[in-house]
Amino acid sequence: MKRPSYRITGGGIAIAAVIAAGVAWYVHGPGPIDFSQGPKVALSEYKAADPTGVPATMAQAGLVERGEYLARAADCMVCHTAPGAKEYTGGFAFKLPFGTLYSTNITPDKETGIGNYTDQDFLNAVRRGKRHDGARLYPAMPYTSYTYMTDSDVLAVKAYLFSLPPVISKPPVNTLAFPFNQRWAMTFWSAFFNPDTRFQPDTSMSPEWNRGAYLVEALAHCGECHTPRNIGFALDNRKKFGGALTAGWRAFNISSDTKAGLGGWSDDDIVSYLSVGHAKGHGTASGPMGEAVDHSFSKLTAPDIKAMVSFLRSVPAVTSPDLPDTLAPRAPPSHKEGMTANALGKSVFEGACVSCHGWTGESSISPMATLTGAWAVNDPGATNVAQIVISGTKRYTPSGALSMPSFGNSHSDAEIAAVANYVTARFGSKGSKVTEKDVATLRKQAGQ
Amino acid sequence: MTTVLNLNGERKSVDVPDEMPLLWVLRDVLGMTGTKFGCGAALCGACTVHVDGKAVRSCLLSIGELGERAVTTIEGIGVTPVGAKVQKAWLDLEVVQCGYCQSGQVMSAAALLAATPRPDDADIDAAMAGNICRCGTYKRIRDAIKLASSERQP
Amino acid sequence: MTIADTKKVGLSRRNLLRGGLASGILVAFHLPLRKADAVTQPIAAARFAPNAFIRIGGDGITTLVMPQVEMGQGIYTSIAMILAEELDADFSRLTLEHAPPDDKLYGNPMFGLQSTGNSNSIRAFWKPMRAAGANARAMLIQAAAARWQVDPATCTAANSEVIHALSGRSFAYGDLVEAASALPIPKDTPFKNPDEFKLIGKPLKRLDTPDKVNGKAKYGIDAMMPGLSFATLAQCPVFGGKVAKIDDTAAKKVPGVRKIVVLEDLVAVVGDNMWAAKCGLEALNIIWDEGPNANLDSEEIWKQLRVASAKGGAVAKTNGDVTKGLAVGEKYEASFELPFLAHATMEPLNCTVHVKKEACEVWVGTQIMTRVQSEAAKAAGVPVDKVIVNQHLLGGGFGRRLEPDMVIAAVRIGRHVDGPVKVVWTREEDIQHDIYRPIYRDDVAATLEDGKIVAFKYRVAGSAIVARWLPPGFRNGIDGDAVDSATDAPYEIPNFQVEYVRAEPPAIPTGFFRGVGPNNNVFAIESFMDELARKAGKDPIAFRRAMLGKAPRVQNVLDLVAQKSGWGKLLPRRFGRGVSLQPTFDTAIATVVEAEVDDLGEVRLHRVTLAVDTGIAVNPDTIAAQLEGGIVFGLTAALYGEITIDKGRVQQSNFHDYRMLRIDQMPKIEIHIVKSGEAPGGIGEAGVIGSAPALRNAIYAATGVALRKLPIDRSLIAAGKKS
Ligand code: FES
Ligand code: FES
Repeated sequence: MKRPSYRITGGGIAIAAVIAAGVAWYVHGPGPIDFSQGPKVALSEYKAADPTGVPATMAQAGLVERGEYLARAADCMVCHTAPGAKEYTGGFAFKLPFGTLYSTNITPDKETGIGNYTDQDFLNAVRRGKRHDGARLYPAMPYTSYTYMTDSDVLAVKAYLFSLPPVISKPPVNTLAFPFNQRWAMTFWSAFFNPDTRFQPDTSMSPEWNRGAYLVEALAHCGECHTPRNIGFALDNRKKFGGALTAGWRAFNISSDTKAGLGGWSDDDIVSYLSVGHAKGHGTASGPMGEAVDHSFSKLTAPDIKAMVSFLRSVPAVTSPDLPDTLAPRAPPSHKEGMTANALGKSVFEGACVSCHGWTGESSISPMATLTGAWAVNDPGATNVAQIVISGTKRYTPSGALSMPSFGNSHSDAEIAAVANYVTARFGSKGSKVTEKDVATLRKQAGQ
Repeated sequence: MTTVLNLNGERKSVDVPDEMPLLWVLRDVLGMTGTKFGCGAALCGACTVHVDGKAVRSCLLSIGELGERAVTTIEGIGVTPVGAKVQKAWLDLEVVQCGYCQSGQVMSAAALLAATPRPDDADIDAAMAGNICRCGTYKRIRDAIKLASSERQP
Repeated sequence: MTIADTKKVGLSRRNLLRGGLASGILVAFHLPLRKADAVTQPIAAARFAPNAFIRIGGDGITTLVMPQVEMGQGIYTSIAMILAEELDADFSRLTLEHAPPDDKLYGNPMFGLQSTGNSNSIRAFWKPMRAAGANARAMLIQAAAARWQVDPATCTAANSEVIHALSGRSFAYGDLVEAASALPIPKDTPFKNPDEFKLIGKPLKRLDTPDKVNGKAKYGIDAMMPGLSFATLAQCPVFGGKVAKIDDTAAKKVPGVRKIVVLEDLVAVVGDNMWAAKCGLEALNIIWDEGPNANLDSEEIWKQLRVASAKGGAVAKTNGDVTKGLAVGEKYEASFELPFLAHATMEPLNCTVHVKKEACEVWVGTQIMTRVQSEAAKAAGVPVDKVIVNQHLLGGGFGRRLEPDMVIAAVRIGRHVDGPVKVVWTREEDIQHDIYRPIYRDDVAATLEDGKIVAFKYRVAGSAIVARWLPPGFRNGIDGDAVDSATDAPYEIPNFQVEYVRAEPPAIPTGFFRGVGPNNNVFAIESFMDELARKAGKDPIAFRRAMLGKAPRVQNVLDLVAQKSGWGKLLPRRFGRGVSLQPTFDTAIATVVEAEVDDLGEVRLHRVTLAVDTGIAVNPDTIAAQLEGGIVFGLTAALYGEITIDKGRVQQSNFHDYRMLRIDQMPKIEIHIVKSGEAPGGIGEAGVIGSAPALRNAIYAATGVALRKLPIDRSLIAAGKKS
C-alpha cells in the first residue's frame, strides 16, 4: 500500500518528537538522592548540621589540610597519576571502546599543569567540566558528581593542589576516534546531564545520612562505577548502585538488595570493607575499588565512614538477576572433589594460584586472599576474576602490603579464560563460561 | 613486639613486627636457613613450611597472621615418620641437584603424604605444582613421592 | 660424608706452604689465610698431601679438595669418584672441601682459570684427577712396600689400605702418611684400565645430597656470622641509569633499618634482617636519572640486530663452495630468532662481605673463584691476597654465577657498613638485572637436489660473550661459543659455510646461559633440517641419517632414539614427534619430543626420549639427572622464556611473568646412555639444547606450522591450525 510521502514525513516528525521527549526524560532520569523522597533544601537553609566540609575533628585545620582530606575523599590522585609516575602529574590512561583518554597534570605547574587556574577556572573545571581554555572535559572526569560540592570545599582542594610542588609533565595525547574526539560535542552532553547544582540535604533524614550522602555523591562519586549508564552514557539512577562494568572490572551491586547488594552485609562488614578493603567472608577489594580504599576510604575518619554506611543502607534495592541468590560455601579440601572438569584451568590454578588461595578457597596465608564468599567468584560473568588474573592487585593492610601478581603477560587468553572458569566453578555457586575472546576484550579495557 | 612461636615442637620467642613474614623470622632472626627464599610472592614454593601440618608459603605468612599455630620447618621434618620417609626416598632416588628448592619440595611432599598416604599422579600435581625446581628434578620428585608412599614407616 | 665446614679447620695457607715446601711436596691447602694469629697455630697432625687435591691425615681421613664448584651437576661426586678410583680410597669415608681461589693450583685447564662452566669439568679434569689419584696411590704403596721390604709391584690398594696379599698384611693409608710424605712424587704412574674401575661407571650416591634434604646445606645466601646485617638493593631499572636523588625520610623510620647506602648507580638499605631492608627500600623514594637508554625497547634492539645480520660477517668454517652450491637446485631460506633469557637461578643473587680497612672477606657461591677474588680486591681497594673468598654451594649456576657483578656490588655496599653484611637481591632485582642470554638471529639458506642438500649456509648474529669474558678466546672476529655447534655440525654436506656477525645489543648486558652457544645453533640448524626434510619429501630421521656417514657416534644415538621413541608409529590426531641431533661438548645426543597441540595453540608435552653417547659415563645416574633437568630447562625456555625491554627496562620481574615449567606439565622422560670407552664428554649443558628444536619439530609435525622463533608463540599455532 502506498502512502503519500508527506504524511510519512509529518507523522515521522511527530513520532520522533515524542520519542525524543521520552528518551530525554528517560536518559535524564532522577537525581542521585531523589530516592529519599524527603524535602530537599538549599544548604544555607539546612540547620541540623553541616553535611559538607571536613569532619568536626578537623575543624581547626588549615585550608591546605582540609583540602587534602577532601581531595582524598574525592580520590583525585588515583585518576591523575600514571603508574609509577609522580602523584597528580596525570597521564593515567582510560581505555575506552573508542580510544584512550589520558588524565591531566593537576600539579600547579603553569605550563603543563593547572598553575594558571583562577578560583573560577578551577570551579568551572571541577563542577562544570569546563577547562581553563573553555574546552570541554570528557565525563571521565566525574564533574557531574563534583558539581554537588560546595565552593569552599572545591577551593580547599585547589589550595591543597597548589601547595604541591609543580611538576612539568605532559600527559600523552588522547587517541579518541571520530566523533568522540570532538570535544565541543561535550557541551551538549554537559548541558543535558550536568545539573550544575550544589548538594541539597534532605530534611527528613538524619544529619549523619546527609553527611554520608555528601561524601558518597559529591566526593566519592561511587555511582560513577556502581550505577549503570543509560544510552546517553549518563548514570541511570533508576537503577542506582545496581552495579555496572567499568574499565574492565565489574563494580558490584551496592544497593540494599539482600541477595546481590549490601542488604546481606552487616554495618561492620561495610565499614571494614571501606576502611581496609576486606570484610570477612565477603572477599577483598581489588582493581579500582582496591585503589579507592587505599587512597581514599582508608584515609577517612571513622564517623565519615559510618555516615557513608548509613547513606548506602538507604539506597533502594535493585536486583541483579545475573548473580546467584546465594554465595557458594567453602570448597572441599581435595582437588578431586568439587570442580573436576577443565584440565587447563586446573593446571593453571594448581601451579600459580593454589599456594595462596588453597583448594578450599580459604587462604592459609591471609584472609585477604580468601576466595570463599567473594562476589567476584560468584559472578557467572567472571569479569573480576579474569581481570585480576590479568592485572593483579596490591592491597595495603594494617599488617603490611599484600599483592597478587599479574599473570596477564605470561599466560595466554585461553589459559586465563580456563582458570577464571575453573575458579568460578570451584569457589562460586555457578561457573562462568568466559572465552579467550572475552579475555582479550578485558585486557583492552583494563585501566593501564 | 614479642611473639612466641610454636616451632618444631619448641617455643621460641622473637621480637619482631607483626607484619614480618615467617620466612625472614626463621632465616634472619633465628638463623634457621634451611627454609629458602626464592620469590617472596608465593610463586615458587622454596619457602614452604608446615603450619598445623599443612604446606604454607612462609614468605607471605606474617607472624601476626600465624598466631599460635604450630610450625614445622625442614630442620624439624625429619623426626616425623612421613618426613623421614620422604627424605629417605629423596636420597634413594637421588632427586636433588642444586638442592636450593628441595627444602620446599620435601615439605610439600611431606604434607601431601600426611594427608594422602597413597597419592596418584593427579594428587602429586595438585600438591607439588606450586614448587618450582629450576634444575628440573620433577621426574624424580614424582618417583620419590611414589616410593615414599609405598614404603612402610621407617 | 660431609663437605667440611671450613670454619672448623684451623690451618693457614702459610703454614701449609711451609710444611709442604719443607717436605718437598706440592701441598694442598683448603683454607686461605683467615686471621693473622692462625700463623702461630701448630701444623695439624701428620698428613699426606701429594698434590693440591688430596690430603690424608694420620687418622686416615681422606679429604678431597674440589677444584670445580657444585651447583647441582654432581661434580663433587664425579670428581671424587675419579680421584678415589685411582687413589683406591674408601669412598664411604671421604671428606670434601671447596678449593680456595688459586688459578695455579685449581685452574680449569680448558679455561686457564678457576672456573666451572661450559660442561668441561670432567673433560678438563679427567686426566689431572686420575694422575693425582694414581700418583698418590703409588707413593702410599711405595711407603708400605718399603716398610714391609717387599717389591711394590706385589702390593695392591683398596678401600684406603695397602695390601700385601702374599703375606696377608695391610696398612691403612693413615698409617702411611708420614712415610709417604717423604717420598718424591712419581710421574706418569699408569692409570687403571677401564675394566678395573670399581667406582667409575657406577651410579654412586652423591656426596652433597644428604644435607640438601634436611636443610643443613649452606648456600651463599645462608652465610651467617656474628654481627651480620642484611641488605637489599635497587639498581636503576633502566640499564645504564644513575641515582639522581633520594628521599629517605620514610625509609629511615622503618623499624630495623640501620643504614641507607647511596652509590652512583644503586641504592641499598641495610637492616636488622632482610624484611627490614626490604621495607626500607620500598619506603625509599628514589628518583633515577634514567640516562640515554630510557626509550630503548625490544623492537629497536631487534631492528639493530637484523640490520647487522644482513651485513654479513666473518667466516668461521667453510667446506666446498657454498656460493656455487647455493646456485644449484631448489633454494630455501629461513631466519630464526631467539630471545633474551634470564637465568633465574633458584637461589637469588647474593653475596656476603666484610670489608675492613686493609682486607676483605667474601662469602658467596660462585663459578669463578679467582675472578671474584680479584674483582672484590679492586672494589674494596685492597691487595688480592688480602681477600678471602669462602666458597659455598650454588643454588643454581647456569652461567649466571660466571659473573662477579653481585660480588662487586656487595663489596661496594660493604665499604659503607661496619661489620659483615649480607646483600640479597630480591627476585625482581635478580630478573631485572641479570646478565642475559643474548638475542640471536640465525639466517639459514640451503639448496636441495634429488632430495639431498647441496649447500648449506648458516649465519649467526649476536653478542660475542667470549670477547668480553675471555678475550683471548675471541679470534679473527669469531666468537667460538656462538658458532660452536654449527662448526661441529655432524652432517656431511658438500658445500657448507658458517658465518658469524658480532652484534652487541645496545645497553643490555649479555652472558653465558646453560647450553651456551649451541642452544642457538642447534635450534636453527635442526629446525631447518626438518623443513628441508619436508621439502625433500623425506622422513626427518631418514633425511638426517643419510648425512651422518662420518659421525658414527651421532648416527648411533639417532638410531637408538628412533628405536626407543617408537619413531614412525602412528600417533593420535594433533600429536607430533620431533627430533633433534647435537654434537655438543664431545657428547652426541639425539632427542625425540612427543607433543600435542590443541586448537587454542596450547601445547602439551607427552614424552621425551633421549639417547646419549658421552664416552665413559663417570656416574651414569648423574648423567641421567643432568639430562632430565636439562630437558626441563630447555623446554621451559622453549615454551615461556623471554625477557623483553620497554622504556629501557626489563618487563619481567618474578615467576608470574617469567614463567617456569611445573611438575604437572612434565612429559615422561627416558634417557638411554650408550656404553662407550671414549674419554668422557660434557653433560651439564647438553640436555638443555636439543629439547627446544625437538619440540618445535614436533609442533611442525603435528600442525605444519613452522615456528621460527622462541618462545613458542601459541597464537601462531592456533592461527596456523585454523587456516
Ligand atoms: S619464596 Fe615463598 S613461594 Fe617463593
Ligand atoms: S634442585 Fe636446583 S632448583 Fe631444584
